[in-house]
Amino acid sequence: MDVQSDIRTGDTRAIARAITWIENADARGAALVHDIYRQTGRAYIVGITGSPGSGKSTLIARMAALLAAGGAKVGILAVDPSSPFSGGALLGDRIRMFDISLTHDVYMRSMGTRGSLGGLNRSTRMATRILDAAGFDWILIETVGAGQSEVDVHDVAYTTVVVLAPGMGDDIQAMKAGIMEIGDAFVINKADREGADRTLNQVESILHLSAAEGWNPPVLKVSAEQNAGVDELVAVIARHRVHLEEDGELDRIKVRMARLDVVEILKERLTDTMNTELERAATQAELEKVATRETDPYTVADMIVDKIWRGR
Amino acid sequence: MEEKIRVLVAKPGLDGHDRGAKVLARALMEAGMEVIYSGIRRTPEQIAEVAVQEDVDVVMLSCLSGAHNTLFPRVVDLLRQKGGGDILVLGGGIIPEDDMPFLKEHGIQEVFYPGAPIKATIQYVRDNVHKEKHS
Ligand SMILES: Nc1nc2c(ncn2[C@@H]2O[C@H](COP(=O)(O)OP(=O)(O)O)[C@@H](O)[C@H]2O)c(=O)[nH]1
Ligand SMILES: [Mg+2]
Repeated sequence: MDVQSDIRTGDTRAIARAITWIENADARGAALVHDIYRQTGRAYIVGITGSPGSGKSTLIARMAALLAAGGAKVGILAVDPSSPFSGGALLGDRIRMFDISLTHDVYMRSMGTRGSLGGLNRSTRMATRILDAAGFDWILIETVGAGQSEVDVHDVAYTTVVVLAPGMGDDIQAMKAGIMEIGDAFVINKADREGADRTLNQVESILHLSAAEGWNPPVLKVSAEQNAGVDELVAVIARHRVHLEEDGELDRIKVRMARLDVVEILKERLTDTMNTELERAATQAELEKVATRETDPYTVADMIVDKIWRGR
Repeated sequence: MEEKIRVLVAKPGLDGHDRGAKVLARALMEAGMEVIYSGIRRTPEQIAEVAVQEDVDVVMLSCLSGAHNTLFPRVVDLLRQKGGGDILVLGGGIIPEDDMPFLKEHGIQEVFYPGAPIKATIQYVRDNVHKEKHS
């Protein structure tokens, strides 16, 4: 298997293996992204976030089926938290997406956060680039929205959809605390259930407070399970995309994302360098001096930084 | 490099009992693996495709309906067709001892008895995963 050329032809196994390399921080993954990066930037990236159980996976399966039926290629990345204790993960999103496993032109991958804070990590960013190079028109990224972690889906997606469901009062509180700002569209899912209108009103009244010129995030009632309202959601995303393009905003977002891509790689490089320095025998001796209070950690840290700069 | 063993725990066939599969999935997670659970009543075609898309190292098939002799080898065949012939395929559920040689001849590398200790299953996976896959 020649992963690089097979990715360009959209070969499933090559794509899957490339993402594994990325996740494992295998040097082949980095080399690959380096080689294919110039072919990326064409896919439209959508983030779907919200509390566990709000119906994100079910909704994404519906969206993917709809987009694929319209002739588009759809890549899905579904991120679930890894266990901080075992490092393992139960990646549960596939259960709701099994029915689209055989849908032509749809690829789906479950990813564990593997200890990175924020839920979306370097792996997700770079896996997105792989799918982009493989010719996917749409990339849908699912992330859990516990605490602050949903904020960074905004760092990888052009359009962010926040999914809520009736009877999740905490979500409304979270919205007031700032999640609202990242939503380009809000979905009240499980509209087949009681209480959807109430949730809709609550969300609309919170959004109303910050209504301004430009894009005001629509709030949509959807039933992913009954496949109702999914086409409206896709239409809203398409409208948001046009809005970003006409505004020149998409270009600004792309510069911000380019910066984040560089930052991710820089962090990795700097961490590697730091760890190498920390392992040196000379550093060990300094650490012992910190332990016996002959010196202090600032002095040693500055010494290491100096050495790294001069060592270029 | 921080390799993780990825496992698909899959239920082909028509039986709707998945308590055992879920217990296994959790135990594998607690052993540090990344586990994808299929849900019930999946087809061999779906299972093989998902295994390739997810680039798993192991597929654990669990079947209680008695159709293992057709379903398990079918998954193995489809995996080979899709270029996933290097994936370790294991079986469990309710498999009569008499069927085990047949399954092993058809690419199921190991079959676990009902009630086999999960620890042994985990150890088997650790020892037999195709490490060369990533090299
Ligand atoms: N009644 C109803 N249930 C839904 C709907 N969408 C999803 N669900 C159910 O909600 C549960 C969680 O769905 P899932 O997609 O896994 O949510 P996620 O955790 O946000 O990805 C599952 O039992 C789904 O069947 C819907 O529109 N209506
Ligand atoms: Mg989900």
